[in-house]
Amino acid sequence: MSDRHIISILLENEAGALSRVAGLFSARGYNIQSLTVAPTEDETLSRMTIVTSGSERVIEQITKQLNKLVDVVRLVDLTEGPHIEREMMLIKVRAEGSLRDEVKRLVDIFRGRVIDVTDAFYTIEVTGTGTKLDAYLETLPTGSIMETVRSGVSGIARGEKGLQV
Amino acid sequence: MELTGADIFVRCLAEEGVEYLFGYPGGAALHLYDALYTQDKVQHILVRHEQGATHAADGYARSTGRPGVVLVTSGPGATNTVTGIATAHMDSIPLVVFTAQVASALIGDDAFQEVDSVGITRPCVKHNFLVRDVRDLAVTIKKAFYIATTGRPGPVVVDIPKDITAHKTEYFYPETAVIRSYSPVKKGHQTQIKKGVELLLSAKRPMIYTGGGIVLGEASASLTAFVRELGYPITNTLMGLGSYPATDSLFLGMLGMHGTYEANMAMHECDVLLAVGARFDDRITGDLAQFCPHARIVHVDVDPSSIGKTVPVEVPIVGDADTVLQDMMKRVKASDTKPDSHALKSWWQQIEQWRGLKCLTYQKSDELIKPQYVLEHLYELTGGDAYVTSDVGQHQMWTAQYYKFEQPRRWINSGGLGTMGFGLPAAMGVQFAHPNDTVVCVTGEASIQMCIQELSTCKQYALPIKVVNLNNRYMGMVRQWQEFFYEKRYSHSYMEALPDFTLLAESYGHVGFKITKPSDVEGVLKEALGMKDRLVFMDFITDQKENVYPMVGAGKGHHEMHLAPCNAVVPTDRELA
Repeated sequence: MSDRHIISILLENEAGALSRVAGLFSARGYNIQSLTVAPTEDETLSRMTIVTSGSERVIEQITKQLNKLVDVVRLVDLTEGPHIEREMMLIKVRAEGSLRDEVKRLVDIFRGRVIDVTDAFYTIEVTGTGTKLDAYLETLPTGSIMETVRSGVSGIARGEKGLQV
Repeated sequence: MELTGADIFVRCLAEEGVEYLFGYPGGAALHLYDALYTQDKVQHILVRHEQGATHAADGYARSTGRPGVVLVTSGPGATNTVTGIATAHMDSIPLVVFTAQVASALIGDDAFQEVDSVGITRPCVKHNFLVRDVRDLAVTIKKAFYIATTGRPGPVVVDIPKDITAHKTEYFYPETAVIRSYSPVKKGHQTQIKKGVELLLSAKRPMIYTGGGIVLGEASASLTAFVRELGYPITNTLMGLGSYPATDSLFLGMLGMHGTYEANMAMHECDVLLAVGARFDDRITGDLAQFCPHARIVHVDVDPSSIGKTVPVEVPIVGDADTVLQDMMKRVKASDTKPDSHALKSWWQQIEQWRGLKCLTYQKSDELIKPQYVLEHLYELTGGDAYVTSDVGQHQMWTAQYYKFEQPRRWINSGGLGTMGFGLPAAMGVQFAHPNDTVVCVTGEASIQMCIQELSTCKQYALPIKVVNLNNRYMGMVRQWQEFFYEKRYSHSYMEALPDFTLLAESYGHVGFKITKPSDVEGVLKEALGMKDRLVFMDFITDQKENVYPMVGAGKGHHEMHLAPCNAVVPTDRELA
């Protein structure tokens, strides 16, 4: 069985830390669906979110191998407990004639925002789970999408649980 | 007092108690070499190739337990160390490798002798560093030694740009390294240990399988006491040989692809398996689907990622091998349950029957030198007390099978990576660490040529290594697989245009012997071992067609061993697919 897991990592904000994690996944043939990373409020630390999939044994190995990296300070598999995940997508859509209203309506339904407008195009921002973004893309008229940019998943545990040093 | 980065480097090594620094100078390393010139605390050993430096440091580390230290220049100096670093990484050997780097301002400009050493070595180190500021140098070196030697040991690379070695700063060497993201586990979880001991004591057909972790964790004495307390059979991996005395009756020999019949059969039939400091690699398990089909497994390892990696485990215990074995011993002694002596007796009867097959018997010959014959004599003449290094291939397996190691850290070979060229430079490191002991390098005519330039280093430092070259004019193990699995199409495994090794050794200033008759084997070995101050290169012209038996074919189960043709009784399927 191959399940989707969201692994959240606190790692040293050092040059090369990202390539250690990325290198581990490629060297051991693990799957990465998305990877996001940015410094935290503590500038010595970065927070990384990896979406991966694999059998229980593979996921166990992934977390063990990640923990073995010297730059990894803490990690948690968010999918083991209640959590929130969000992904942001920027999307440039053809919006001319009758399409213009239709596209705007869909943005509202998905609680997105139009953040840039030209005569022929809307640039839209939508945030949500990956499935919501997928669903939004599917609603758009065929051929109307010029460009999409997805941030990859960020995740956080619900309630008082947190990933801290 | 302010010191240059180069002087700080040397001071730090002295603080760490580094005796020998194996290295090779070059442009980016010149400040460092200049600092070495004006001190006498750390002795620099000039090798002939950077790969040799890493293997020598590795041999030093394997035979002493202390970290091996290397210094090379940037670019090709660094890339030449990669094979040695990967070798150490696969076998968890503590090395600290310093690679000089082009000046900070030039990094990224494709400067002369520039290479991304941190990037190139990343997949084969435990950790690596690029020093960006001279003020970080001392603390980085402290961290490097700490990481290399603790937990599951491994190689650490420290890349130092040339300008850093010229910059000055106040020198301070920290007593301890503090790394918030790195805290190796020592003590095992007591509940798990309790479960493990209960399972072990409930066994009807127990088996103990231990690996290099016993050697690395200095757990040999605890293991020996524990095994003897239980009276259970024990086998060692290639990396674990010597951690349990090979002549002890509880020892079944090595297991795995070229393991003994009794060790592999006991693995196949056991009902409880205790694995300590071993990682269930493919040369041990063979076909995973057929591995220990009846066993409930207890696995002790300092590295959590080794547990459950390839084989599911019922009782995982993360901890240092020595500490956990001592805790297990206490619980065994305090337990009301004792090993089931009745079941154990019939288990041992079964094992003795397997042992009775004498799977290491080989066809003796009066005309051709059998490699096993040479090794049997080497063992007898050295009393099992020599430090023995090897290269990789048939000679390595035969040494593992026929040289009975009684103590840990005596058997030095590249197990995980299987690096040809390892043996001679590794023997140099061992000989530096143990100047008064007999150090033998068992090799073959193919392997030895991969680092043969180090014969010159051996001359410079008067290292009296005894080279046993089992010369069958083939890459023996390649030839064996071609014979078995490729219908005897010996593609590129024949070694043509070999040098006259005797003359070659002599040209380097050593003693060379060529031995062609079985009747000369013992005499020459005796004579060579008696030459305490000379390197002796013994070129044994051996039987070309000899194969290593038993053999579990790749992807086969332990019970599907291919036995030597001279073993009359073959109770299992001996046909290889």
